[in-house]
Amino acid sequence: MASIIVDNQAYTVDERQNLLAACLGIGLNLPYFCWHPAMGSVGACRQCAVKQFKDEHDRCGRLVMACMTSASDGTRISIDDPEAKAFRASIIEWLMVNHPHDCPVCDEGGECHLQDMTVMTGHVYRRYRFPKRTYRNQDLGPFIRHEMNRCIQCYRCVRFYRDYAGGRDLNVFGAHDALYFGREQDGTLENEFSGNLVEVCPTGVFTDKTLFHHYTRKWDLQSAQSICPHCSLGCNTTPGERYGILRRITNRFNSEVNGYFICDRGRFGYEYVNSDNRIKRALLRPELDRTKPAKPEGVPQILGVAADRLRRARGIVGIGSPRASLEANVALRSLVGPHQFFLGIDEYEHKLLSTILNILRNGPVPSASIHDAEQSDAVFVLGEDLLNDAPRLALALLQSVRQQPMERVDELKIPRWDEVAARNAVQDRRGPLFVAGYRRTWFHDYATDSYFAAPDDIARLGFAVAGTIGADAPSVPELTNEVRGLAQRIADALTQARRPLIIAGMGSGSQATIEAAANVAWALRQRGKQPRLSFVLPDCNSLGLALLGGESLNGAFDSISQGKADTVIVLENDLYRRAEQARVDAIFDAAKTVIVIDSLEHRTTAHADVLLPAATYSESDGTLVNQEGRAQRFYRVFVPDGDITESWRWARDLAHAKSQETEGSTGVATWRNFDDAVAGTAAAVPELARIGEVAPSADFRVAGQKVPRQPDRYSGRTSLLSHLTVHEPRPPTDPDTPLAFSMEGYRGPIPSPLIPQFWSPGWNSIQALNKYQDEIGGPLRNEMPGLRLIEPVATKAPFWFTAVPPPFKSTPHRWLLLPLSAVFGGEELSCRSQAIAERMSEPFISLHPSDGARLSLEDGRTIELALQRTTYRLAVHFDPSIPAGTAGLFLVPDGSGLRLPVWVDLSEAIKTGRKRRVA
Amino acid sequence: MLTDIERHELEAAVKHYPDKRAGAIDALLIVQRRRGWISDDSVLDIAQFLGMTGEDVDSIATFYNLIFRKPVGRHVAFVCDSISCWIMGYEQVCARIKERYEIEPGQTTRDGRLTFLPIACLGHCERAPAMMIDQDVYGCVTPDKVESIVEKYR
Amino acid sequence: MERPLTQYIHPDGPPRWLPEYLKGGGYRSLQTFAAGMAPQDLQRLVAEAGLRGRGGAGFPTANKWSFVPMGSDAPKPKYIVANADEMEPGTFKDRVLLEGEPHGLVESMIIAGYALEAEVGFIFLRGEYHRSAERLTQAIAEAYVEGYLGKPLPGTEFRFDLHLHASAGRYICGEETALLNALEGKRAIPRAKPPFPQTVGLWGQPTIVQNVETLYNLPHIVNHGSAWYRGLSRSKDGGTKIYGISGRVTHPGWWELPFGTTARELLEQHAGGMVNGASFRGLLPGGASTAFLTEQQLDLAMDYSSIPPEVGRLGTGTMIVLDDQTCPVGFVLNLEKFFARESCGWCTPCREGLPWVARILESFEEGRATHDDLALLEMHAKFLAPGHTFCALAPGATAPLQSALKYFRDDFMQHISSGSCPWSRKQKRERVLV
Repeated sequence: MASIIVDNQAYTVDERQNLLAACLGIGLNLPYFCWHPAMGSVGACRQCAVKQFKDEHDRCGRLVMACMTSASDGTRISIDDPEAKAFRASIIEWLMVNHPHDCPVCDEGGECHLQDMTVMTGHVYRRYRFPKRTYRNQDLGPFIRHEMNRCIQCYRCVRFYRDYAGGRDLNVFGAHDALYFGREQDGTLENEFSGNLVEVCPTGVFTDKTLFHHYTRKWDLQSAQSICPHCSLGCNTTPGERYGILRRITNRFNSEVNGYFICDRGRFGYEYVNSDNRIKRALLRPELDRTKPAKPEGVPQILGVAADRLRRARGIVGIGSPRASLEANVALRSLVGPHQFFLGIDEYEHKLLSTILNILRNGPVPSASIHDAEQSDAVFVLGEDLLNDAPRLALALLQSVRQQPMERVDELKIPRWDEVAARNAVQDRRGPLFVAGYRRTWFHDYATDSYFAAPDDIARLGFAVAGTIGADAPSVPELTNEVRGLAQRIADALTQARRPLIIAGMGSGSQATIEAAANVAWALRQRGKQPRLSFVLPDCNSLGLALLGGESLNGAFDSISQGKADTVIVLENDLYRRAEQARVDAIFDAAKTVIVIDSLEHRTTAHADVLLPAATYSESDGTLVNQEGRAQRFYRVFVPDGDITESWRWARDLAHAKSQETEGSTGVATWRNFDDAVAGTAAAVPELARIGEVAPSADFRVAGQKVPRQPDRYSGRTSLLSHLTVHEPRPPTDPDTPLAFSMEGYRGPIPSPLIPQFWSPGWNSIQALNKYQDEIGGPLRNEMPGLRLIEPVATKAPFWFTAVPPPFKSTPHRWLLLPLSAVFGGEELSCRSQAIAERMSEPFISLHPSDGARLSLEDGRTIELALQRTTYRLAVHFDPSIPAGTAGLFLVPDGSGLRLPVWVDLSEAIKTGRKRRVA
Repeated sequence: MLTDIERHELEAAVKHYPDKRAGAIDALLIVQRRRGWISDDSVLDIAQFLGMTGEDVDSIATFYNLIFRKPVGRHVAFVCDSISCWIMGYEQVCARIKERYEIEPGQTTRDGRLTFLPIACLGHCERAPAMMIDQDVYGCVTPDKVESIVEKYR
Repeated sequence: MERPLTQYIHPDGPPRWLPEYLKGGGYRSLQTFAAGMAPQDLQRLVAEAGLRGRGGAGFPTANKWSFVPMGSDAPKPKYIVANADEMEPGTFKDRVLLEGEPHGLVESMIIAGYALEAEVGFIFLRGEYHRSAERLTQAIAEAYVEGYLGKPLPGTEFRFDLHLHASAGRYICGEETALLNALEGKRAIPRAKPPFPQTVGLWGQPTIVQNVETLYNLPHIVNHGSAWYRGLSRSKDGGTKIYGISGRVTHPGWWELPFGTTARELLEQHAGGMVNGASFRGLLPGGASTAFLTEQQLDLAMDYSSIPPEVGRLGTGTMIVLDDQTCPVGFVLNLEKFFARESCGWCTPCREGLPWVARILESFEEGRATHDDLALLEMHAKFLAPGHTFCALAPGATAPLQSALKYFRDDFMQHISSGSCPWSRKQKRERVLV
C-alpha cells in the first residue's frame, strides 16, 4: 500500500494502481474518457490532468495525467489546483469543438459520460466559432446505431473491439482531426461482443439500436438486478422497462462473473419478452375437448377445472425445466411430489449432467468463475465451441492469454495498467491456450495449438494429457506421434502454469471429453497444482436442476405411456426440442390432461388443455445456478399485463386449488410469497440449504424503507395513464422482495443484488459504477456475487475415469453427425427476439470438403436431409476444420428434438440437392 | 487480385520483417506504384496477402498522406506549402497551376494527366519554393517556370 | 576548417560509390573492431567525444546508448534505426548527407550496431526523398557485396544487416516512438515513455533510434579520436554541425561549421545577409518547432549548451529567417497549419487545439480577429505544453506561436485594429459575425 496526498489530505491506496483509479477509488471526482478499468490507460484524452508536486516545498508543481502516473508512496497531487482545473476545462472545450450538442435527440442523453464530465469540469460557454466537421454514418447492423458526429476520439471503441474482444471489422481511419471510427464499408459488426460498445463509448456514437426502436431515457427506466437466461454462465444484467415494455439490457457488474462486459446474445436477446407470441391470458380448452382450441377464461375457473383434473388424475407427472428458476422447479416438484417430478431433459443430457455434477461434487478440483478464467495462465478446452455456447467465457480466455506474457511486463517494471507500454512489450506473445474441437472459429486464432477431431479423439487427447501429467491417471494406447507430442506440450504448459484451467462441457454431447477433462484437472491436482475446472452447460439453470435430482424426461414419458399417469404438467419447456416428435405426440395423446406453464407459444403450448402464462425472468423473482455452481438471484423488473404471473405462483395456485378441500395443506400450497418459495427450495435438497443467503429477504429494510426500482427522476408517473384515467393508480405492491415499484424509498449503500441501476450524483452513465467500488475494478461495496453451492474437498483422491474411447474411425457409408451451436440462434428464447433473429444463419450442415466430394455435394447448395422422420432443408458448408467422417449440424433451436451425436448414412439421408452423377 | 509481379515484390518486401504485417506500408507503396492509387479492392488484396482485414489495412492506408485512396492522374505534382516556400512565394506558384491547369489542390486535370497536391516541407528549403513531380524535385520555382516544368510530364 | 562530414559532397554531382569511398578511407573505422575495440570501448569513446544528437533535442548520444541492455543476457535481437524522416519544415541537412555520401550512413550504422551489439539496422527514410532512396539502396547493395553487411566483419563475430524502409509520409514519423510504430507497419502514433525504446522498442526489443547527422559523426570519431573531435568544436558540444539558412537571405544554403558558430556569423558571413530591400526581424534557429530568436540573440552560439531554455532551443540548426516584408502572423499561421495537419490525432489538445489555433490565425489574416482571439491563442500557447500533450508535437508547434506573441505582439494587435493584414494586398473584407 502507498500513502498519497491529494489536496493536502492523506490517503492510503494500492500502489499498483494509477492515480486516476486511486482517486476514483477514494471517492474523488476526476474526469476521464480514454481510461477504462478493464482496459487500462493510454493517455490519449488528457482529461484526468492533476497537478503533481515533488514534495511539500514544491509550490509550482507540474501537470501530469493521473491515468499515466503510478500511485507510488509519497505522491503529492492536487485535483483542485486552478491550473489543473482550467486545463481539464480546456480539454472539454476542445472535445466540444466538433461535438454536435444534440443531446435532446441523442439516445445517450441522460446517461452520457461526456455530459457528466462536461458538467464536472465546469465548461459552459462555447468559444469556438468556426465550422464543425461532419461525417457520414454507417449501417452497422441490427444491434448498433452509428452517429460519428458525436465522436470525441477517445479510441475506447477500437481498443475494446479489437484489443479486448478480438474483433477485426472496426477500426480508426484517417489522421489529425479527421478521424473516423467505423468499418471499412457499411455492414454488420461481426464481433460477438459488439454491444459493449454502447457502454464503452463515452457518448452517443454507438448506441443500442434495439432500444432505439422503443426508446426511453435511462431516468425513465424501471430496473432491477437480473441474471441473463440465455446461456449457462449467469452473467448479471440490468433490464430496463417502461410502459410494460422491456426496453433494453445493460451489463451489470459482478466482480466474480461478468465484470464489465456481456455478449450480444445476452444484451440483445431480451425482445422475446415483448413478443407478439407471448402468452398473456390463461387458456382452457373447452370441455377439455382436444378438437377445440384453448380459449381465455377466468383464472379462478381455469384453476378450478385444473384442480379438479389434478384431484381426479390417475397419476400426475411434473416436467421441470433447465431454464426455469429453482423456485419454479421446486414448486412443481412439491405440487406433484418428488417421485413424480422429472427434470425435463432427455436421458442422454441427464447422464452428461450427472457426470459433471459428480465431478464437481466429489472430485478434488473446484469449478472456475469467469473471473478465475480470466486470471488463468494456461487453458485447455476440450470439445467446446465457447464463442458460440458460452461467449463471455471465450472473452475471458482472450484476456487469459495475456497473463503469462504479463510476467515480462512485470520484469520490465511496466505497470500493468500502462496498456500501450504493456502491449508493446508483449507484442504478439500469448500464453498457452489449447483448443480441441471440431469446428474452427476466429477464437482459434488466439490458440497456441488447435486440434480438430471427432469427440472421441478429443477425449483421447485429454486422457493422454492426463496420463502424461499424473502418475496414476490412465494412459492412452495407440496414440499417433502427432497426438502424443501435442499431449506432451499441453501437459508441459499446464504443469508449468500457476493457475491452469480445464474446460469441457456438454456442447459436443460427449461423455468421454467430460471425463477426460476431469482426469486432466485431477492429475494436475495430484501434482500439487491449483487447477480449476469449468463445464459449459446447455441452459441457465441446468446445474440447479441437476442439484434438485430426479429422473430424466424418459421417466415421465414411461409413466404416461405405461398408464401410471394420465396428467402432465409441463413447466417452461418445449418437449419437442427434447424428444422425437412422434414420441411427444404420443405422450400428449395418451395424457388426459396437459397443463403447460410457459411464457411463449411453441409446439408444446399448442397441446395444452390448460395453458398458464408464465412470467419471464424480467417479470419474476428467482434463483438460478450457473455452470460454476453459483446461485444468483434475479428480480422482477416490472409487473406484466394480463394473467401473467410467476411459474412458482401458478404451481402454488394449482396446489392450493387442488388441496383446498383437504385440511392442513403443506408444501407449495402454503407459500405466500417469494421468501416462502426460497425457504421451500432451501428445504428441498441439502445442497440448496443456503440459497436464502444469495440475496436479502423481502423484509430487508434500510431506515424502514424499501429500495425503489425507479430512479429519482422517473418522470410523468402521474400522467402515465392519463389518457385512461385522471387518477394516479397505486403502484403495484411487491410482497416478494425488498424492492418497490416506486420512486420512493431508500437510496444509499445497499447489498449489490438490490441496486436497481448504477447511478450517483454527477455520474449518470454506467461509469457511475466507480462510485460503488472501494477499489476500482474490484468488487462492489456490499457485493453479494452469488453463492457457490459446490465446493470440493481438495484432499479428496481423484477417482480416475478409465473409459478411454478407441480412436474415431470414419466408415464408408456413415457419418457421425455432431451438434453445432451459434451465438445467435443457439438458444431457445433469444432467437425469438427480432434483432437476434436477423443475425441467425439458416440451418446448415458442415462437411469436410473431401466428404462433400464423396457425397457429390457442392459448397453453398441447399439439400434436404431426412432424419428420424423429419426432413430438414440445410445449406451445405464445406469446412476443412470439420473432421472427415463427421458432419456438423446446425438447426434453429426449436427445430428439432434430434439428439446428437448420431451416426447417419448421409448418402441415404440426403434426399435432394446432390449433383447428378455423370455416367 | 495481386498480379504475379506485385506478389513477388511484396514477398521480397516483407522478407526481413519478423512479422509479415509490418510490411503493410511497403505493400501499399508497392501496389500504388503499380496501380497509381489504392482502391478498395487493392486494400482487400493487400489485406489478404498480409493475413489482415480490410479494416486493418485501410486504417494504415488512410493515416499516411503518400497513400492515395482516391484515383490520381498519370503524374502527381506536389507543391511544398511549408514555411520557407511560403516566404518565397509558393502561393503564386499554386495560383499559376490553378489558373493554367484549372485544378484546385486535391484535384486532377480533366484529361487525367496531372493531380495537384500540397505537401509538407520537401527539404529543399535553400531552393524555395520547391515542387516535386512524381519523383523529381524542382527548386526556385517561379510562376513562369511552372509550365515548362509540367510540360515534361505528359 | 575541417569538414569531416561533407568534405567530399558536391551538391550537384554524384556521391562517392564504394571504390572511391574506400579510397578516401571509407569503412576503415570497422578495422578497429578486429584490432580490439570492444563495444564498451566504442561507447566510451563516443562519450568522451561529447557527441550530442543532431535531431533537435541534443541528447548526449552515449548517454542514450547507456540504457541499452548489453552482454549475453540482453534480449536478442536488438535494433538500430536511423531516423532519416527529415520533415521538419526548413530543415534539409540530412538530405545533403544522404544524397551526398550514402556509404557514410551504412558505415555509421555498422559502427552503432557494433557499439550496441545490435545485429539489425533499419534506415527509416521519408518517402519524398527518392534520390536518397536510390543512392542508399545502391550503397547498401555494394556493402553487402563487399561483405560489410550480412557477413561477420573480419576478425570479429559481429554481423550486421541493414534494410531501407521508405515511409509513406507524415511528420509525426520523425518522433522516435511513432517511427517505431510506422516501422512495424502500424499507424504512426507515438508511444508513451517510459518504457524507452532502449529497453522496449521495435517489436518490443531494445532499440536505438538515431538522427542521420548524428550517426555520420561516428566513423570520424572512431578514426580520429575524441580529442580531435572535441577540437572541431567551438563549444562544449563536440564536432561540427551542418547549419542551414532559408528565407530572404542573399545566399540560402548549408554549411558544415564548428559547433557553436553564432547565428550572426551564419546570417551575415555565410548567408550573405538579407536580400536587398528586406531587413531582419527574427529567425527560427532549427526548424518550425523552435522559438524565434531576434536581433538581441544573434550573438548566441548555435549549440545545445548556449541557448538559455527560456529563450529557446537550437533544434536542427537549419534556420528560417523572418524578414520585414513577411507577415509574422502569416508566418506562424503557415507553421500552425502544418502542425495541425500533421497531428497524429491521438491526444485531444493537439488534435483539436492546433486546428483551432490555425483557424484563429487565419481570422487574424482575414482581419476578423478580436482581442478574445488573442486570449485564446495565449490559452493554447500555455496549455499545449510539454507533458500536457502525449508527445512533443504540439509543444513544438506552440514554440513559434508563443515567441511570436511575445516579440511580434504589435503586429497581432495591428491585425485586430486595422481589420486586415497589413502585409496583404487583398481587399479589406467586411467584418462578419460568425
